[in-house]
Amino acid sequence: MEAMRSLEKGSRREIGFYSQNLFLLLVLGLLWGVFHLLTLGQPGKFLSPQNLWNLSVQTAVVAILVGGMVLVIVARQIDLSVGSLLGFTGMAMALLQAVPPIGEGWPWPLALLVGLALGAGAGLLQGYLIAYLGAPSFIVTMAGLLVFRNAAYLIAQGKTIGPLQDGFLVLGGGLQGSIGPFWSWVVTLLALGYTLGVVWRGRWLRQKHGLSVRPLWMDGLLSLFLVSVFGGFLWVMNSFPHPTTGQGRGIPVPVLVALGVLVFLHWLSQRTRFGRYVYAIGGNPEAALLAGIPVRRVQVLVFGLMGLLAALAGAVQAARLAFVPTGMGTLLELYVIAAAVVGGTSLAGGSGTILGAALGALIMSSLQNGLVLMGVPTEWQNLILGVVLVAAAVWNARFHRRRS
Amino acid sequence: MAQQRSLVVGVSWANFQEERWRRDEAAIKEQLAKMGAQYVSTDAQSSAEKQLNDIDSLIARGVDALIILAWDKDAILPAVQKARAAGIPVVAYDRLIADPYAFYISFDNVEVGRQQARAVYQVRPKGNYVFILGSPTDPNADLLHQGQLEVLQPAINRGDIKVVGKQYTEGWRPEIAQRNMEQILAATRNQVDAVVASNDGTAGGVIAALAAVGLAGKVPVSGQDGDWPALNRVARGLQTVSVWKDARELGRRAAEIAVLLARGTRPDQIPGVQKFRVPGDPRGTVVNAVLLKPIPITRDNLHIVLEAGWITKEALCQGVSGPQAPAACR
Repeated sequence: MEAMRSLEKGSRREIGFYSQNLFLLLVLGLLWGVFHLLTLGQPGKFLSPQNLWNLSVQTAVVAILVGGMVLVIVARQIDLSVGSLLGFTGMAMALLQAVPPIGEGWPWPLALLVGLALGAGAGLLQGYLIAYLGAPSFIVTMAGLLVFRNAAYLIAQGKTIGPLQDGFLVLGGGLQGSIGPFWSWVVTLLALGYTLGVVWRGRWLRQKHGLSVRPLWMDGLLSLFLVSVFGGFLWVMNSFPHPTTGQGRGIPVPVLVALGVLVFLHWLSQRTRFGRYVYAIGGNPEAALLAGIPVRRVQVLVFGLMGLLAALAGAVQAARLAFVPTGMGTLLELYVIAAAVVGGTSLAGGSGTILGAALGALIMSSLQNGLVLMGVPTEWQNLILGVVLVAAAVWNARFHRRRS
Repeated sequence: MAQQRSLVVGVSWANFQEERWRRDEAAIKEQLAKMGAQYVSTDAQSSAEKQLNDIDSLIARGVDALIILAWDKDAILPAVQKARAAGIPVVAYDRLIADPYAFYISFDNVEVGRQQARAVYQVRPKGNYVFILGSPTDPNADLLHQGQLEVLQPAINRGDIKVVGKQYTEGWRPEIAQRNMEQILAATRNQVDAVVASNDGTAGGVIAALAAVGLAGKVPVSGQDGDWPALNRVARGLQTVSVWKDARELGRRAAEIAVLLARGTRPDQIPGVQKFRVPGDPRGTVVNAVLLKPIPITRDNLHIVLEAGWITKEALCQGVSGPQAPAACR
């Protein structure tokens, strides 16, 4: 009886997870369909390889950050410093690798490593101030926002720094920044194989232990869906031709980085002790403490991870531009938080998924992408974005109320 | 024979930490010394209140003229009134002060726009044009666009030029300019022949977007400010023009005007003066102004920024060599 009830509860939670992400997928599909119809009259349509390829690269920076932000918010904290930290670490990496009168002229891998270390260090420091010294994260990270933004300005003496080294630019997805059709096939097939393996092996294991399984048609449909998503992705990436070779470009490196980060964070949040701790702390901090969870250490690590991701995103953003302006990443923290919330993360803490946040980031950047593709003026773009945010927030609130 | 007392000119800076003002200061000092005047200065450190106190103390010191780089163009007005009551002439340096008593000196932003459009038009007199404008909240962005259209409108009306994209750039941020340009390229299937970008930051974003589809160097792009990476792009042939405002020229002329006014020259007698209507001012304030002409820097006159000591040769010519290099890098 007891087992039955817990099983029922578990599957209901699973259904909640699916229905929320299913809804986001529907919104995304609707958005893409509408944009495609609205751009039918112009030479470049929304659902064209060039635009979808653009969309993937444009989403990469926010996608790298949003998973970290989900963990921060789930742990009942906030990080307002990510945009500034991205700007600061990007500037540091630019200064370290630019040629001598401008910068230090270090080889770019070294500059990248130092930048990543700086980001992680800054994140850990903020986490320490929050977790061990008890300062509220809103204030600490807002101070971080001010400090890192102006530190970026000071170390560059107000100048724009560039150009950056060619090897580094690969991170940005420019002309040399994608992996080509062959490796795109390899990566996509491996990922698809692994994902399908997880679905069907899970089914087999549950069956073996006499546990209830989803109906066969559901897993079949899911597999079909996964095959078409991965196939569509591969087709888009390999259909946008390189201007000099005429071959398909393949997956852009920044997109690969972003996907790698998201998969890692999904695994971290769902399959590791650290992940369970983060959700436990967010669900009930006191209970977590009483249960012996090292709450403070986990909090520090969450902020350290966020700082590391900010630096990684800073490298991608810098490589994308091929130079670093002093204001790089201004206001980005708000877009990242918004993407997490659109993706179903609750600002109250305790709940939110990496997959949902990734879809949230994709929805937000699809909106921006589509509106500019249509030639909508800036004022209207932001107004529409604002309306969508409100709608997402209201829907989320209703969803969470219904669940609880 | 009474010894003529040497004039004292007081300069109130808004935020001297910014690197660029040091060049201005050197030019002001040099010109004042040439004209036999003394230089005193204060730094408001980005505070409107501190700037009011600074100007009070400069007036109390008995300066004969004030040069003010206003931190806040409205909050500064009481200080201008005080100077007027004390009979001390005021020069508004680079940033407009909406008071007819303050003599305005700056670069002509409409002319910057004209020069940007002219340089691009010379390279590509026909075809599909894109405008990447500045921040929608910055009045300068519209002044620039006004100048750009003055040059290009006839060709647009003739049908030689077709505008296939136009976007403002929030906060002048290069990332936004890059995204907008990527979208315009996608919308037109890369059928873009020329881009009029309003400054070097946005030009950099545009060129990154062009580079991703193999069009960098093939499509002319404008800019302004003489940013180092932008000048390097000009030398590499990726950017067509960076309209450059020589800060030393601004400093020299401001110092000269301050001394002339202190010696009793009437504002409307200053060489090169014109009436300038304050844009967006509901009272329709008109000020006396000297608007300096910027210099369009292209690959043919890169030696100007080198000789001015604005940029080092290593930074300018990085990655540029061989017979295709511009004269300044050979």
